Parts: sequence; C-alpha cells; structure tokens
Amino acid sequence: MSRLSAANETLAREIISRYPRPKSALIPLLHLAQEQDGYVAADAMEQLAELVGVAPAEVLGTCTFYEMFKREPVGKYVLNICTNLSCQLNGGEELLHHAEQALGVRPGDVTDDGLFTVEDVECIAACTEAPCMQVNYRYEYRLTTSDFDELINDIRTGNRSDLPEHGTLGLVRQHIPADRLAGNESPEEAGTPSWFASRQPAPEDSGKA
Amino acid sequence: MVATNAYVPHAAGYVDNDGPKIVTSRFLHEDSYTLVRALATGGYDGLKDALRRSPAEVAGEVKNAVLLGRGGAGFPAGIKWGFMPPVWPRYLVVNGDESEPGTYKDRLLMERDPHQLIEGCVITCYALGLNQCFLYVRGEMALAQERIAQALNDAYAAGYVGKNILGTDVSIDVVLHWGAGAYIVGEETALIESLEGNPGRPRLKPPFFPAAKGLYLKPTIVNNVETLANLPWLMVNGADKFRSYGSEKSPGTRMLAISGHVNRPGVYEVEQGVVTFRDLFYGEQFCQGIRDGNALKAFVPGGGSAPWFFEDQLDLPIEASEVGSQGSMLGSGAIMVMDETTDIVKACLRLVRFYARESCGKCTPCREGTAWEEKVLQRISDGHGRPEDLDLLLEIGQSISPGDYPVASFISEDLDPVPFPPKQTTICPLGPSSVAPITSAVRRFRSEFEALIPKSELISATAPTVGPDAVEQLEVSK
Repeated sequence: MSRLSAANETLAREIISRYPRPKSALIPLLHLAQEQDGYVAADAMEQLAELVGVAPAEVLGTCTFYEMFKREPVGKYVLNICTNLSCQLNGGEELLHHAEQALGVRPGDVTDDGLFTVEDVECIAACTEAPCMQVNYRYEYRLTTSDFDELINDIRTGNRSDLPEHGTLGLVRQHIPADRLAGNESPEEAGTPSWFASRQPAPEDSGKA
Repeated sequence: MVATNAYVPHAAGYVDNDGPKIVTSRFLHEDSYTLVRALATGGYDGLKDALRRSPAEVAGEVKNAVLLGRGGAGFPAGIKWGFMPPVWPRYLVVNGDESEPGTYKDRLLMERDPHQLIEGCVITCYALGLNQCFLYVRGEMALAQERIAQALNDAYAAGYVGKNILGTDVSIDVVLHWGAGAYIVGEETALIESLEGNPGRPRLKPPFFPAAKGLYLKPTIVNNVETLANLPWLMVNGADKFRSYGSEKSPGTRMLAISGHVNRPGVYEVEQGVVTFRDLFYGEQFCQGIRDGNALKAFVPGGGSAPWFFEDQLDLPIEASEVGSQGSMLGSGAIMVMDETTDIVKACLRLVRFYARESCGKCTPCREGTAWEEKVLQRISDGHGRPEDLDLLLEIGQSISPGDYPVASFISEDLDPVPFPPKQTTICPLGPSSVAPITSAVRRFRSEFEALIPKSELISATAPTVGPDAVEQLEVSK
C-alpha cells in the first residue's frame, strides 16, 4: 500500500479544488498520504506530484522540510514529549528520560513491537500544563512518570481506542458543498469581487480607508 | 483504523479573572465551540453589523481602534491593511501556526471558540474586498483543526460563510489549511511559502512585503488568530469602547500564557498597560505567587525570542512600548517564570537548542551560528567548557545580530537597558532570537557559567588558537 486509495484520491481532488493553485494543497495531501499508511511512502509522493502537477523532487523537497512527515514506518503511537523551557522547568527532561528507560528506545526510535515512537519535541503550546506530551497529536497534561506508565499500559491493553493511529489528525474534515462555494479562480484570472466594487465609491480609495 | 469512541480533550489552561473579556467571553461554556452556543451568545452579530456598513467604514473602525497585532510584532492591524495597493486578487492568510516557546493562546481560541475566529476572518475579508481566506493552523494541533473544520462546515451550511453570506451578494470562502511542524512558518513570508506548497523559508523583504507581493505574489494580509478574534466584539461595541480598555498606546486586552514556576499557571485575558508583571505573578486573581514561596530568578516576558527580565522589571506594566524600551518585547504574550532553583545554563541551552533545531538554513549566520551556539553551550553545560567560551558565545551572537543586543537593566550593577529590537544579518528574526537567552543569561548570571568551566592551565594552554573550532575540524578531517 502506498498510492492513494480511490476514495482518498477523490478526497485529494476535492482538497486541491479549494486552492487557486494546486501545489498549495501539497501539505494537506502529504498528511492524507500519511493518514492512509502511517507514513509518507515514495509511491504516494509520486502520485501527489502527478495530482498537483509538479516534479516528484518538489514533493520530496516539501516533505523533508516538515518534521511531522515520516518517510518510513513509525510506531502506531507517536509520543511527543516536550522538553522546551516551560516543560523543562517542570520535569519534561526527566519525563523523556523515563520514557526512554521504560520503552527501551532513544528519541526517534520505534519499539520492537512497532507500537511506540518516542520523540523529543519543541514547544507544543500547552505550557501552563507542563510537563506535557502528545500521543498522535492528542494532549496529555501535567504528566507524572506513573501517569506515563499507566498510559502505556492502557494503550498496550487496548484501553485507549479513542486514540487514532499515527497519521490521523482532525477527525472532521472541511467540506464545502458546491452550491455554497463562493468561487475559486486562478490568481491570473481573479479580479475584484463584484460585491466589493459596488460598495466602494472609487477603486483608488479601497484599502486606504 | 477508525477511532471507536471520541477522544475527550482535557479542559485546561484558561483561567478566568475579574478583568474585561473581549475574546474569551465564551470560554467557560462547555460547548463554547458549537454554532448553537455561538448563536446563543451573540455569535455572528459582528458580521451582521459589518455587512450593514461599507467595507471602508469597517476598515476605518479597525484603524480607529488601534488594534495592535497579537502575533509578536505588535503592528496596528488597521495600518497594515492600508498598505495593500488597489490590486486584485488579494488574499487573507490567518496565522495559526502558534509555536513560539511558551505561547499558548491561539490554540485555545481555535479550539474553544472557532466561530469567533471565522467571524473575524469574514469581517476582515469584507473590509479588504477579497473573497478567499486561508486559515493556516499548526499541524500538531489536531483538535483545533477538527473544531475549525466542524465550525466551518456548520457556518457554511448556515450561510455565515461561502456564497451569498446572510442572503447578500457578498461571497467569501474560508479554507482550512494546516501545517506540518516547522516553527519558522510562523514568520509571515515563510507561512506564504508554505501555503504555496513549498518548504517554509522566509522571503527577502523588500521586495516581498506580503501586503504588496504575498501569496502567489499578489497583495496578501497575514494576521494572527488573536488579532482577528477581536473583530466580532469590535464591530458590535465600536472603536471607542475598545479603546476604553487598556492604555492609550495599547488598547484592549491581551491573552497571556504564564507558565513555569508559579502557583497557578494559566492563560489569562488581561487589560493591556494596566496590570504589571508583579500583579500577574503574585496577584490573587492571577498566578498567586512563585511556587514554594521561592524567590524569582528571571522571567521571559514575551516568548522564547524575548530577552529576559528580572526582579528589577517586575513593576513594568504589560504594555508593548514600555517593555520594548526596557530591553525586551511582549511578543506573543508568553511569560515563562524561573524561580531561584532554576539551572540557568540548562535553561539557556534549551532555548538556544530550539533555534538551532528550527533554523531553516537559508541564511548562513543563523544556520551556522545557532548550531555553534548550541555546541558551545552544550560543552559548557557538560563541564567541558573552555575559558574563552563565554566571549566566543557573544562573538557568535555578534555575527547574527551586530551591535548592542537588547537587554534589560541591571540596577545593582548600574547597567542600563538596551531597547528592542535587535539588528540582524539575516532575512528573518529567528537567528537574532537565539542571541536573546545568551545575552540575557551571561550578563546577569556570568558566574554560573564560569563555575562550570574547568580552570585548568593545561586546558587553556592546549585550546585551539586558530578559530574556535580547530579541534573539531581536525577530528572531522581525520
């Protein structure tokens, strides 16, 4: 598995249709590929290149720049432990150390059972709830080492089915019904919206008010 | 695999206080993120007000309100809007890529009140005469993406966004877009690059000022989430009422995230220029003191990129120009408090490592400089520092940000502040930001760094004389 499924390809085309230029959809499309396979496969990148009309190398260039995109399989659950200042001040580094010990891996590695990847991440915007962690980008706040152990145990014993597997972000997608779409023209063709022109006394005044 | 039951997000972070609420008024409702709650509490009334006026009048109201950008730079939104030349198409891009260390407010605004943000977006599009808005949410914020997607779907269905808004001829699309983990994308030109599907590396200004040459090289306004979240209230209540809150230079409120060693860390909405840092840290309605009754050692007043403040600055009001003249910035409203037990060298290293990791690599002084700063600080922290390392750190800083770097006053040592902002040899402020923790910590706590550096004559005698990295280079070449 690695090229997009038929359903995902349809979804990809819908996403592309919302942007004035297809390449703008690239990051959401890379997420879609990662959601399907848990990582971004090379075949998927080639397909995305076809879909948005760029060379595969450009897709790779974008993919490698952003750290959420994994180009090889990672654990089913990616544990992002924050060690930036607010978390460091409240035990984030100790929590990371504990996670490494408990799971027997270094940051970036996958456990032998393929279940967990531990990552030492930068600020994830939960500073008042330090030390914090994300499991597949869902938050756990003010985590003690025993909370961590309990969470790992819960996942292993199947008690955290609420957590989607790695790759899935928001469970709801934006969908614009065709009859509700205001419109989408290329930057070369789009002009002043008619509703704006009719509400402005003279074009040169616009934007300067 | 499809999740079998919904992930229940923890309610945390926001703390109510007695101050006025402009952007957090819905936060205490459990269902604050739903269209039902929004409509029951005045949601989209601001949009209705705006549509009754001309776009120019709406823009004028925002200009009169002196709504300062809440993303970091603090530039007045109304003036920024005015920089757009009369050229179409033009675009609005909303910066929800919140990732400055310590910053934690846009995420709450997106998760807890997405309709307020969407309403703010549509009002802005109307004022600027454009019909496409891209709402760029940080990749790691899954719940924010989910809540905004649902809110947009509901708002489209109910006619608040999309074709013929509220039965008028006004048609505006708001498209949810999301990132994939890169701090630098918070810089507006990098955000635009990212939205074009490219690696997020900043563009040179000039010529690429977004208001003139932004997305697809068309005029583009990039505004922060919190900035736009103010607009619904502003439309309903007017600029005069807005300016009755806060100070003359900085009207209205700000969301501040206060984290670190305080008894009640939290995100608070406070009036600008009225509350002081001392009020925030020790006040009953705010953070209720430093943990364990400890003494304050240092605090970061505006995100990881801000030079540090100390006890000397506690009585400054939370106001951008005051904080700027005293050598730091209010930035993104992220305040991190360090008590007397803090290991300053480790704290400094951790912040510097952030910039080393997040440098996009486009400008040499930042790419190389931040990496060397981290390396030198790491060896000091590990006990392998060299006697000349502190001067070396400051020298590297000079290559990224030449001249006197902004720093707070040190009253007992009779040292004056150097006002913000720093100079830069780079395209964007990321590199210069890495100098902030170093300059702040070394000037104030030099002895703590020196205590970790071995004093052996032998070490200084064998230290490399040709360049700072002679030894490492030698080892690499082997």
